[in-house]
Amino acid sequence: MNTLVGNTKPNSILYLDGVSVSFDGFKALNSLSFVIEPGELRAIIGPNGAGKTTMMDIITGKTRPDSGEVFFKGSIDLTQKDEAEIAQLGIGRKFQKPTVFESHTVWDNLELALNRKRGVFSTLFYRLTAEDRARIEEILSTVRLTNRKDDFAANLSHGQKQWLEIGMLLAQEPELLLVDEPVAGMTDAETAETAVLLKEIAKTRSVVVVEHDMGFIRDLGVKVTCLAEGSVLAEGSIDFVSADQKVIENYLGR
Amino acid sequence: MITSFLAKALGRNIVIAVAILLVLAALVPALNLLTTSDHPLHVPTYIVSLFGKYLTYALLALALDLVWGFCGILSLGHAAFFALGGYAMGMYLMRQIGARGSYGNPLLPDFMVFLNWKELPWFWYGFDMFWFAALMAVVVPGLLAFVFGWFAFRSRVNGVYLSIITQAMTFALLLAFFRNDMGFGGNNGLTDFKDILGFNIQANGTRSALFAASAIALALSLIITSGIVRSKYGKILVGVRDAESRTRFLGYRVEHMKLFAFVVSAMMAGIAGALYVPQVGIINPGEFDPANSIEVVIWAAVGGRGTLIGPIVGAILVNGGKSIFTAAFPEFWLFALGGLFVLVTLFLPKGIVGTARQFVERRKEYRKAREAEDARTFAAAAEPQAAE
Repeated sequence: MNTLVGNTKPNSILYLDGVSVSFDGFKALNSLSFVIEPGELRAIIGPNGAGKTTMMDIITGKTRPDSGEVFFKGSIDLTQKDEAEIAQLGIGRKFQKPTVFESHTVWDNLELALNRKRGVFSTLFYRLTAEDRARIEEILSTVRLTNRKDDFAANLSHGQKQWLEIGMLLAQEPELLLVDEPVAGMTDAETAETAVLLKEIAKTRSVVVVEHDMGFIRDLGVKVTCLAEGSVLAEGSIDFVSADQKVIENYLGR
Repeated sequence: MITSFLAKALGRNIVIAVAILLVLAALVPALNLLTTSDHPLHVPTYIVSLFGKYLTYALLALALDLVWGFCGILSLGHAAFFALGGYAMGMYLMRQIGARGSYGNPLLPDFMVFLNWKELPWFWYGFDMFWFAALMAVVVPGLLAFVFGWFAFRSRVNGVYLSIITQAMTFALLLAFFRNDMGFGGNNGLTDFKDILGFNIQANGTRSALFAASAIALALSLIITSGIVRSKYGKILVGVRDAESRTRFLGYRVEHMKLFAFVVSAMMAGIAGALYVPQVGIINPGEFDPANSIEVVIWAAVGGRGTLIGPIVGAILVNGGKSIFTAAFPEFWLFALGGLFVLVTLFLPKGIVGTARQFVERRKEYRKAREAEDARTFAAAAEPQAAE
């Protein structure tokens, strides 16, 4: 067992221990280990190619690790499940590039994301209940899109698409949210607003944010994990991590 | 549950299209049977059969639209499901011939006697009953689509690779049905049909009834597909088409979603084939020709993919054009078809119905914008402070 994660598995929401994966000989992750506690908001930083997206792929079931353990809520082995099962367990994922259903309205995007029965026949005969309607309206106001609810998602601005995607994740009611570069391409005002939004969301669930924007991470004010070459370089507060010699060499200094 | 499904299905355009089809189902047979051939409104029997055939093509194009237009599965093998439905009906029609065949064998169809077969192969059992053949016309294509789709979608075969293996599927069936040992009449297929449900297959009344059945089958299928695409499930299908990974990470089983649409679509294609065969009087392995499946894609593209009504319009127009064109310049039809596809792709990427719909929506938006503008100027003139 890796010393970094210790005996924290039973109380964790997400637990990675010694996870390695390589593609055509390139080691994307090299014995990566870290633990996220329930209710925690964690930022993950690292240079390009550090394995941040690969890590998300492994947690959400898109990629299988060559070795290592990945557990959700201490006992659910995520390496044995596929994307749909993992999403239904309560892990939501936001992509780096905003990915919404462009030819559906904002409302329909949220309706599809709602955490309801997802089989062929239950969706074929689904009817919008008053409860679901209220939930969608609530999410619309959280992500500040109420007045655009009938517009096609394709017509939203880049920042609004990012929020819509965050709204879809909220509709999914996940216990753990993985957010990949939420503020890439956003204006400063949108970035600040997104930080507020994420902090609000993190009150009721665990959130892992991968980001390059150091200002944004400082705004979040949470524990930071710095990855490089597929493993953890340093972990701690932003000031602690940014003072670390290895981090400066590998990431900040470049 | 079912009523809300139907209520959603019946949009204005669908109601109009269904009404037109039902009126045609009553009117065309009436004009054929109740008027004499010198009457100005008389519809000759060959026209009834020709348009009956077009309607079955329209049903095939509609079936393709469900998977291609709404789920992004470009099947280049849909004619295979059509042909299988056709063979099921053809087997029933063969067994109806009975002892009236050239060899007078009461049990074995002529081609089996010719091949010196002594008994009926097991897979021909039951096809003397209409209900069984009708059931098989739906079940066999559905089953093939299920097995094929199960492996293809589970292995996440997508895009052009999927299109290629659907072509391979129909080509493999073409080769298999060409073989005499398969027991489906080999190269010649099944033909020389005498009657269907006891009615002479050549009679005007039977032809008219088959036309009406095709129109009604198309109307019902239109209602069902419309209900499917307007449900939450239909929205997920479009989601799969536009952002498959997003759908997956929302927790939907993409392979199940695709499989359901694919099987429903194959079953509709099978019904179309079963209605086609008695109207043209023959089914042979040529129906499995990969080029046939590609033609279906062209009909749907010309009419407008993802519009349901478009592929119906496209199938009828292109085939009408084909009938006229092949009579006038038989050698040039394939060039015309290819040219049509290129032109539509370049200038009408949304097809006829898609482009018309876009035009109507633009005008509506323009009018709304102008009304809003007028209201604003009016309010501003009346009360400058409350202009917003």
